[in-house]
Amino acid sequence: MSIPTSSPAVAPTASEGTVPPAGEALPKARTGIPGLDEITGGGFPAGRPTLVCGSAGCGKTLLAMEFLVRGAMEQGEPGVFIAFEETAEDLAQNVRSLGFDLDGLIRDNKIFVDYIHVDANEIEESGDYDLEGLFIRLGHAVDSIGAKRVVLDTIEVLFGGMSNQRVLRSELRRLFRWLKDRGLTAVVTGERGDGTLTRQGIEEYVSDCVILLDHRVIEQVSTRRLRIVKYRGTTHGTNEYPFLIDENGITVLPITSARLQQPASDERISTGVAELDEMLAGEGYHRGSSILVSGTAGTGKTSLAAHFANATCRRGERCLYFAFEESLGQFVRNMRSIGLDLQPWIDKDLLRFHASRPSEYGLEMHLAMMNREMDHFGPSVMVIDPVSNLTSAGTLADSRAMLTRLLDLLKMRQITTLMTNLTTGGGRSTEVTEIGISSVVDNWLLVRDVELSGERNRVMYVLKARGTAHSNQVREFLLTDRGIQLLPAYVGASGVLTGSARLAQETRERAEAVALEQQLEQRRRERALEKARVELQIAALRAQLEEDQRDTARGIDLEAATEIRREDDRAAMARSRRVTAPEKKP
Amino acid sequence: MNAREDGPPEAPAADDGARVPPEWDLTLYVAGQTPKSVVALTNLRRICEEHLEGRYQIHVVDLLKDPGLARAHQIVAIPTLVRGIPQPLRKIIGDLSATERVLVGLDVRRQDG
Repeated sequence: MSIPTSSPAVAPTASEGTVPPAGEALPKARTGIPGLDEITGGGFPAGRPTLVCGSAGCGKTLLAMEFLVRGAMEQGEPGVFIAFEETAEDLAQNVRSLGFDLDGLIRDNKIFVDYIHVDANEIEESGDYDLEGLFIRLGHAVDSIGAKRVVLDTIEVLFGGMSNQRVLRSELRRLFRWLKDRGLTAVVTGERGDGTLTRQGIEEYVSDCVILLDHRVIEQVSTRRLRIVKYRGTTHGTNEYPFLIDENGITVLPITSARLQQPASDERISTGVAELDEMLAGEGYHRGSSILVSGTAGTGKTSLAAHFANATCRRGERCLYFAFEESLGQFVRNMRSIGLDLQPWIDKDLLRFHASRPSEYGLEMHLAMMNREMDHFGPSVMVIDPVSNLTSAGTLADSRAMLTRLLDLLKMRQITTLMTNLTTGGGRSTEVTEIGISSVVDNWLLVRDVELSGERNRVMYVLKARGTAHSNQVREFLLTDRGIQLLPAYVGASGVLTGSARLAQETRERAEAVALEQQLEQRRRERALEKARVELQIAALRAQLEEDQRDTARGIDLEAATEIRREDDRAAMARSRRVTAPEKKP
Repeated sequence: MNAREDGPPEAPAADDGARVPPEWDLTLYVAGQTPKSVVALTNLRRICEEHLEGRYQIHVVDLLKDPGLARAHQIVAIPTLVRGIPQPLRKIIGDLSATERVLVGLDVRRQDG
């Protein structure tokens, strides 16, 4: 029946001044202050007074004024500001720095400021009195602009100006009743007393809603906090919520509002490095996921982030870049040296660069600033470079909590976030983030340097990539004048080979290949030679054979001739022996 | 911030005033005819007669009739007596029943020795 207080998803988003009651819940008057309506479940109780208390300088007056100004501007509810401490001119001046045009609102009859000056030195008391004058002034102010909201800042000043406590107390009681009777949503501020919420204990008159503001300094960093002490009829967050005051007024940061309800996108977006896309299932990061790039100093984390930013802008999407180490000029120049010209994207307002020192203001301020920039710029990608530096803006626990919140916030909005993280020391410690956020990020890339044979080279690998069949390969990470290149790394006996060692290995392999080729060529040549030799032999043999055949034929002829001659010789001999030829046949 | 300039000159109870410009110009702010304001006016007249005879002028401003004057003249408590002349401006709140305090507040004693 009552609205859960801590979830923006459930919190009413109606822009009307009074939130329609859900079931029997109290009607609420939206404050319009970012974050405050979420934790109060829709705003302050409508038609009732709310006490805002805190020590000096905690932002009471500002909160009250913003409640009034936003009510007038956004909810169409005119408001009366009864100031006991500052004149109308002072007030206008003070809120002008927050972007509120109080003078304009006064001119348009949307806000009525009445400065009530009460000074004990100027007032003599004689006999009985009441505060009817205050009622008349308030009533006149409310009637003259049809006010729905009233601020009394700080009514306790009356106690300093007048001495009759009995009268003051009964008149205050009457005042709060009067406000309620007229259905005015009021904010009453009170200075914090010793052990009490307000010096004069006016909390006892305001029973519906009490808000406590606090301003404290921890480790030299000041943080403002807001707590709902009491809110009748509403389940409210009991935490202390950090808030901050900047040129856009107050922003309350609901820590617990972030829940694990983020949508999950199947869409993938390029990392800006083709080889890295390849390693991440060939497509890149999931849209809306968070990426942590960690590594020691000078390992190319920023370059990797810049590539991602570049790829985002090339798609025509917006990228918001928070830098805590480099200025814009430095960043653009440095990235140009690796072949990335980001200036055109800045000119087209696709890339917005925010450089600040982490210690410039507190963590909450950083978070709120990021939050607001996100709201205004509407980026699809955000880069925080480096996230580890934020720890110097607050305690470790604080920064962790803040980052978790930030990441949740970003996921809710489907903004892909890349954070770089500087790790110190070598070895396995690089796989530990100082800030302890590795468990909440979706993708974790690690850039490491490898020292080998007198050189320091970079390797990169994907440590974790939720929902992605990612490569387990360690790649060598090169920063060339045409951007990042990832090369397959050689794995040798002494580990991964990079740089010169890799080059040497490559040379060696090339030499081996050449040698092999030469060997083959030699063999080919030898074979050809052999063939030629055999062929030559064959030819010689054939020639010999022919010669032999010729010789043989000649031999037979000779024999035949010899035989004939021998016959002739015998005949001749016989003739000489006077043996006649016919004697031959005996 | 002279009450006389802004206050209605023909205020209902401007009485006993001297013909020449008065030395004492006093304005009593009330909110309707409440018992407290009646008592205050009675007390004021008595004190003036006793201590400032012939040298004073009293205006009575009813803030219910002209609520804007409460802001213009910085009135919070009712009744409030404002001494416009002599300068500087002084304020006395209450029904003026403590005569001594009224005289201190108006600084009548010192002026008259």
